[in-house]
Amino acid sequence: MGNLRGKLLPPALAIVFSMLLCGVALVISGANPFSAFGAMVTQVGKGSTLVDIINSTGIYYIAALAVAIGFQMNLFNIGVEGQYRVAAVVAAVVGGSIALPPGIHTLVIIVVGALAGAAWAAIPAILKVTRGVNEVISTIMMNGLAIGLSAYLIRRDVFGELRGNNIRTPEIPESGWMPGISFGGGGTMFGFLFVAIALGVGYWIMMNRTRFGFELRASGESATAASAGGVNAKKMILVSMLLSGAIAGLIGLPEMLGRDHTFSLNFTAGIGFSGIAIALLGRNHPGGIAFGALLWAFLDKSGLALDNVGVPREIVTIMQGSIVLSVVVAYEVVRRVELAAEQRRVGRELGTVGGAA
Amino acid sequence: MITTMEEKPHVPAAPRRKKFPGWAVGMISVAGAVALLSVTSYMTNFPQLTSSGTTQTAVRLMLPILLAGLGGLWAERAGVVNIGLEGMMIMGTWGAAWAGYQWGPWAALVSAVVFGALGGLLHAIATVTFGVNHIVSGVAINLLGAGLTKYLSTLVFFPLSHNPRQSPPVQPFDTYSAAGFADWLGELESGQRLFISDVAGILRGLVTGVSPLTMLTILLVPLSYYLLWRTRFGLRLRSVGENPHAADSLGVKVYFHKYVAVIVSGGLAGLGGAALVLNPGQLSYLEGQTGGRGFIGLAAMIFGNWRPGGLLGGAALFGYADGLQLRSGGDTVLALVYGVVILLGVIVVYQLIKRKWFSAAAAIVVAVLLYLLYISLDEIPGEFVSYAPHMVTLAVLAVASQRLRMPAADGVVYRRG
Repeated sequence: MGNLRGKLLPPALAIVFSMLLCGVALVISGANPFSAFGAMVTQVGKGSTLVDIINSTGIYYIAALAVAIGFQMNLFNIGVEGQYRVAAVVAAVVGGSIALPPGIHTLVIIVVGALAGAAWAAIPAILKVTRGVNEVISTIMMNGLAIGLSAYLIRRDVFGELRGNNIRTPEIPESGWMPGISFGGGGTMFGFLFVAIALGVGYWIMMNRTRFGFELRASGESATAASAGGVNAKKMILVSMLLSGAIAGLIGLPEMLGRDHTFSLNFTAGIGFSGIAIALLGRNHPGGIAFGALLWAFLDKSGLALDNVGVPREIVTIMQGSIVLSVVVAYEVVRRVELAAEQRRVGRELGTVGGAA
Repeated sequence: MITTMEEKPHVPAAPRRKKFPGWAVGMISVAGAVALLSVTSYMTNFPQLTSSGTTQTAVRLMLPILLAGLGGLWAERAGVVNIGLEGMMIMGTWGAAWAGYQWGPWAALVSAVVFGALGGLLHAIATVTFGVNHIVSGVAINLLGAGLTKYLSTLVFFPLSHNPRQSPPVQPFDTYSAAGFADWLGELESGQRLFISDVAGILRGLVTGVSPLTMLTILLVPLSYYLLWRTRFGLRLRSVGENPHAADSLGVKVYFHKYVAVIVSGGLAGLGGAALVLNPGQLSYLEGQTGGRGFIGLAAMIFGNWRPGGLLGGAALFGYADGLQLRSGGDTVLALVYGVVILLGVIVVYQLIKRKWFSAAAAIVVAVLLYLLYISLDEIPGEFVSYAPHMVTLAVLAVASQRLRMPAADGVVYRRG
C-alpha cells in the first residue's frame, strides 16, 4: 500500500471520469464543455473568488476532519450535519447574550460550539455503547431533530429576532468577533482558517504520534484484534464520537465569527454531507483532506461563473457527486488489483523458494 | 471493505412461542390504536384527533413514507443498506413532474419509477459489483440525486415555469369516494358519540378522496409481503440478505437477487417521490420537497422491525402525526401526548401483571414526565412535530434495539469467490 501511485491514481481517475461525464452532459444539453470549464478556471482570478475559495476550503476541511475521526475506526458519523447546526445556533445564542473582553469572548464562543457539538454527538454515542443502536440510523434521526431544534431556538418568542426579512439570533457583540485578513476588493480571509490548520496538525499528531490515535486506527483495521490487544471498544467509540462532534461544532464558526455574527435562516446547510465526501476523497489523511476540501471549494465558488456562459451551475453538484462515487469505486478497484498482484507475487516467490529447497 | 454491523452476533433469536398470528396482532393493534385515540379525543375534547379530514391528510402524507419504507425493506431484505432512498426519491419527484405536466398522472408514475430505479441501479452497481460500502454509496447518491434534479430543473423547467426550483403544474389523478357510505358515516361522525363517531370519522377519511395512487400504494404492502415471504423468488432474495455465502453454495444467484432488490427499492422510492408531486396540495415539483422523507421511510421500516405489516404501522403513525399538525396545529398534537400517557398506563398494568418490576417502574417514570409536559405546555411547537418520527425512532431503538431483528447480513459487502 506504500506506493504513491496507488494513492494518487484513484482520485485522479475519478476527477477525469467526472469531468468527462459532466462534459458529455454539457454537450447533450447543448453547451460547450470547454468554454464552461474555461469559465470556471478564469473565475478564480476575478473579484473575491480566490479568497472565497480559501475560506470555503477551511470550512470543508474542518467538516472532513470531524468525519474522518469516526471513519478511522469505521464509525459512520453521518450526524456531522446536525452537530454543526446545533452547535452553531447554541454558540450564537450564548455569544450574543454575554459580554466579555475581546479574545476571551471569542474563545468562549468556540468552546461553547465545541461542547454543544459534542453533546449532540453524545446521544448517538451513548445509545451505541449502552443499547447497541447502529450509529448511522441514530445520527440520521439526530440530523432531523437538529433542524427542528435550531428552527425552534430562533423563533421570535424564544431567542430569535426579526431583522428585515430574516429571523436570526441576537448579534454577537464586536468583542466576540474573530478578525480576518483583508485584501480590500479581494475579500477578507477568515481568521478561523488558522484554527483549521491547527486542527489539521493536531489531527495528524493525534493519529500518528499518540496512543489514542494508534488504538483508533487499530480498531478500524480490525475491531476484534484491537479488543484482544486490550483496547476498550466502548471507550473508543465514546471518545471518538465526542471528539468528532466537538470538531463538527466548529464548522459553523468561521462564517459566524468572521462575517455573519449571528445564526439566521440563511445558515449554510449541507456542509456535513460534503465533509463525508471530502473525507472519503482524502482517505482520512490530513493532506488528502486538504486537497479534497480545496477541490470542493473550487467547484463551489467557480461554479458561479457558469451562469454567465449559460450553463446551470448545478452541474458542479453533479460533478461533486460523481467524483465521490467514482473515487470510492476507483479505490476499491485499485485495492482489488493490488491484492491480486500481491497474491501472484507471493505465489511466485513461494514457488521459487519451494523449487530451491 | 468495511462492515458496520459487527457487534450484531450472527446467532438467530431463540424461537418464541407465538400466541397470535401476524394478522391478528395487526387487527388488535389497529383496534387498540382507534380505542386509544377515541378515549383521548373524548378526555381532551379534541374531536379533530379522529376527524375524517385529519385521516384524509394523514393518508396522503403517509404514502411517500410508506413507499420509501417499502423501498428500504426490499433492499435491506437482500442485505443492502439503502440510505440513498432520499436521493432516489428526489429523482422520482423530478421524473414525475417532467412526465406529469406533459402526459398526465399515469405517465408521471411510470417516469418516477424509472428515475428512482436508475438511482437504485447506480447503488447496485457501486455496492454489489464494486463492493463499495453501502453507507458511502448511499450518501453519494443523495448528493448526486439532489444535484442532478437541480441541474435538470434549471435546464428543463425554468423556461416553462420561470422558476428554477419549480416545475409547471402537474395534472392530478381523479379521486374516488364511496359517496353514500361516506354520507352515512358523516352523520355518525357528527353525532359526537364516544367510539362510534371516532370510528366513523376515521373510516370516512379513508373512503373519501381516494386516488388510484393511494390504492396502488396500499396494495403494494401485501404484494411485497407475498413476493418476499410466499414465493420462491422471495425466499432466495431474503436468503441473500441473511447469509449470502450459504445462499451461493445452494446455487442462488446472489448478485442477481441483490440487483433486483436494489432496483425495485429505487423504483419504490421514486414512486414515493411521485406521491409527493401528485399530492393534491402540491401538484408540481418543488426543490427540497422530499424534506428527508426517504430517511423517515427508513425509520418506519426500522419501527416495523423489517416487516411489511409493522412498516405500514410505522408509516401510518408518522403520517398521522404529520397530518394532525398540518390540519389542526400544535395544541391538538399535545393531546396525543395525553394519549401516550394513557398507553403507558396500560403498559404499566401489563408489566405489573407479568411481574416485570423494572420495566413497570421505567414506564411509570416516563408517563409522569410526559404528563407533567402535558399540563405545563399549551401546545407542541410545530418545529418539533415534524420531527416526531425521528424522536419515536430513537426511542424505539433505545428501548427495543435488542429485540429488533434485522437481516443478518444487512450492510455486509459480499464478494463472490
